[in-house]
Amino acid sequence: MHKKLYPSLLLLILWCSGVTVFAQDSVAVKKVEMADHLRASGKIYVVIAVLVTILLGLILYVIRLDRKIGRFEKETK
Amino acid sequence: MLRQNWWKILCVILLLYTLVAGFLGGVPAKPILNETIRNLYFHVAMWFAMMILFIVSVIYSIKYLRTSNHIFDIYALEYAKAGIVFGSLGVLTGSIWARYTWGAFWSNDPKQLGAVIALLIYLAYLVLRNSMTDMDKRARIGAVYNVFAFAMLFPTIWIIPRMVESLHPGGMGNPALDTHDIDARMRIVFWPGAVPGWTLLAVWITTLRIRLQLLTEQRLHH
Repeated sequence: MHKKLYPSLLLLILWCSGVTVFAQDSVAVKKVEMADHLRASGKIYVVIAVLVTILLGLILYVIRLDRKIGRFEKETK
Repeated sequence: MLRQNWWKILCVILLLYTLVAGFLGGVPAKPILNETIRNLYFHVAMWFAMMILFIVSVIYSIKYLRTSNHIFDIYALEYAKAGIVFGSLGVLTGSIWARYTWGAFWSNDPKQLGAVIALLIYLAYLVLRNSMTDMDKRARIGAVYNVFAFAMLFPTIWIIPRMVESLHPGGMGNPALDTHDIDARMRIVFWPGAVPGWTLLAVWITTLRIRLQLLTEQRLHH
């Protein structure tokens, strides 16, 4: 039971430490330009949609290639 | 493994996760880097994929030398080829990233030079193989050279970049990742998502080429 708990606890602590480090950073380094507005106005979703489309298109292409080679393998056997 | 599907589905899921979480997830605000810190999920993942492919390649070369089984030679060759493709993508994407953070596409940085030298050594593997017509000789000498090429990865991308000053993050320590630059929100996308996702895609493409190569050979024998 305890052994199972340790990794998740550790993960939680790691995650929290990451968040606090970030919080300190944003106080110390004032105003680093980030694309907050881009995300706030929702336009980053357009970029994600485009990239996901490209990725799925390429994956579909690879899957078709995979199937085609599979067919050839059956024929050759 | 070669013709199973579950890891291909896993690959697609991981890559989709990398894209969506990679753009929507939070990142630390760093001067100069700004939003380009998200390149970690894409540029750095290329190098991990390349290293894993080269490791698999050298294992098959050693297997070939032990058994003289021609199939292992095909595996080693195709893994090395795909490794070169992913390494080249790593150099190109790194160069684009460098233009907007270091100020120039190419600044003869020790890490850039080391990576290019490593890739040239692997390109020589292909040239060396194609210079021989005898199949067994080509496979044997190729396998021996591949072991050497792999050994050269140690100084070129693992040792020298750790020893010299560089523009690249993580100088004088880890050659690629400065662990202070990224936080838990980025790690949770990079390690479980980007690295295995891109690597699986690379392996997938490699296995397709291997299967095609095996088919071609069978046709020749008939």
